[in-house]
Amino acid sequence: MSDTPVIELRNVDKSFGPIDVLHEISLKVKAGEVLCLLGDNGAGKSTLIKTLAGVHAPTRGEVLVDGEPVKFSGPKDAQNRGIATVHQFGGTYPLMSVGRNFFMGEEPTKGFGPFKVFDRKTANKIAVEEVQKMGITRITDGDRLVGGLSGGERQSLAIARAVYFGARVLILDEPTAALGVKQAAHVLRIVNEAKKRGLAVIFITHQVMHAMTVGDHFAVLIRGAIAADFRKGEKSREEITDLMAGGQNMADLEASIEGYMETHDGHPPKVSAD
Amino acid sequence: MDIMTILRRPAAASVISLIGVLLFYIVFGGVDLGKLSGAASWVNYAARIGIVALPVALLMISGEIDISIGAMIPAGAMTTAIIAGHYELPMIFAILGALTIGVVVGLFNGILAVRTSVPTLIITLGTLVAMQGIVLAGSKLLTGGASVPLTAPGWAKTIFGDFIWGGSHQVVIIWWLILAVVFWFIMHQSKYGNWIFAMGGDKVSARNAGIPVDRITILLFVGTATAASFVGMCHAILFNSAQVSGGMNDIFNIIVSVVVGGVLLTGGFGSIVGVFIGTLTFAIVIKGIDFTSIDRNWANLIIGVMLLLAVGMNETFRKKAMTAATKKKKG
Ligand SMILES: Nc1ncnc2c1ncn2[C@@H]1O[C@H](COP(=O)(O)OP(=O)(O)OP(=O)(O)O)[C@@H](O)[C@H]1O
Ligand SMILES: [Mg+2]
Repeated sequence: MSDTPVIELRNVDKSFGPIDVLHEISLKVKAGEVLCLLGDNGAGKSTLIKTLAGVHAPTRGEVLVDGEPVKFSGPKDAQNRGIATVHQFGGTYPLMSVGRNFFMGEEPTKGFGPFKVFDRKTANKIAVEEVQKMGITRITDGDRLVGGLSGGERQSLAIARAVYFGARVLILDEPTAALGVKQAAHVLRIVNEAKKRGLAVIFITHQVMHAMTVGDHFAVLIRGAIAADFRKGEKSREEITDLMAGGQNMADLEASIEGYMETHDGHPPKVSAD
Repeated sequence: MDIMTILRRPAAASVISLIGVLLFYIVFGGVDLGKLSGAASWVNYAARIGIVALPVALLMISGEIDISIGAMIPAGAMTTAIIAGHYELPMIFAILGALTIGVVVGLFNGILAVRTSVPTLIITLGTLVAMQGIVLAGSKLLTGGASVPLTAPGWAKTIFGDFIWGGSHQVVIIWWLILAVVFWFIMHQSKYGNWIFAMGGDKVSARNAGIPVDRITILLFVGTATAASFVGMCHAILFNSAQVSGGMNDIFNIIVSVVVGGVLLTGGFGSIVGVFIGTLTFAIVIKGIDFTSIDRNWANLIIGVMLLLAVGMNETFRKKAMTAATKKKKG
């Protein structure tokens, strides 16, 4: 395996009109490595991965694939270069079947000329097989509508899809956010599996434990800039938690909540101000 | 196939609507089914709105709507009549002219839809009114009137505007059937149907999956406007004349047919079989009432009730389709 990063950002800025969302982002991920992208809400994580996925073009700076500067013409272009992204929202179509969801945009067809038909049987068979490989054994019918699946099952479907289509870079935007313990563990196992197969993985999460379980390399984003960049074992769980809270000390936060509860008959502070 | 599997199909509500309407006409209207099925009026009408309902269904499944079709039916008819009738140019120019106007207005709608964030209901409301103005003012300006006669050559009659089967059935019925098969193939057999469903389900995700959302949206708008001007053209050739008015009711009739046919107004769900049956059902209510003892003024009430019931059924069946996990036997 060469040492050239599969994907790299160099001094990337991204702004939407007058709003600067990303500043001077430089990152690289090698094959077989998991980069965990951490950061508070609104820090710019989703924007960063959309730039990697070809959804947004960087305002300034370069994206490099295998050391070569590239300009994606769109999400499809990025996909064709082996960058598969599971976005934070959407990604599946609730009123469509498992098989059709799995092959969206890459439909297997049979027949010839203008009479190419969608090969439903093959699509369903492969989709069910691939999802089952991810440990979701409850999906046995490729005709089932995705709207009837749980959040974790949908997430697994989206990841299975990305892996199946031969991604070299797998980008996952908060894949464990809506999941229970067991399903989150599944997703983490998939991340490890992808890593073992030599994929470069970029994994976004708010849960430090999840990040520490799979991450080799961590980057913390605060207000669109990289505030910390370190490798596995270089920082403790507490330090990472503090960084993720935007540099605030988590222990202080906890203490202030406890202090509040003591003075308010054990009630936590109200969320809404009224 | 158990009963639930059948109910979960997008066409279920339209089939039930059709059976319901027929039963109602038999029980309360004393309709003679033999006479009704032999009659041409409702089939002709079904074909007229059905040809437009097919592309409108695709557009609605993709999550957009086009109401400018109301102006495009008379626009196609007037274009045909002005070119072939008033200016006495060869029919082929009239046909090309009518279709071109459809393509141009469709492109206009489609490009506005993908370039702006204005809802397509508003965009096409704009083109609806604008086209009404253009057609009325244009025909007054060019011909001095709002009604233009024409004579169509034999071949044009045979292809677009004749009676078939030795009776009063119109040749547009055949067009409708052929187009229904073509649209069924696109929607349910080819990968493009998959893309259109995905666009209605989640446009952003569809775009991220690399589907050419903008190009397809524009094509779908070209489809609706061109189908409408095609219908107008066929009408003008059949009746040897075209009027500026007419076609306005068609907006609602076409959309009702599509919705009764099981297409979700918010997009992402529906079927061509459903839309076909929905169109038939609608035509039977409107034109079939003449074969019953029911006063024809009640037809709109029936349509209203049917629409509400069909939408209610669609909602229920769709929820069932989402939640119910199919218990499959091995294999
Ligand atoms: N298309 C856009 N136009 C304008 N501003 C945008 C756009 N997309 C994102 N932003 C802004 O960029 C900032 C970063 O958003 P982003 O979605 O990247 O955050 P995030 O780190 O993924 O947050 P979360 O953890 O909540 O998912 C936000 O302030 C957001 O409002
Ligand atoms: Mg995000």
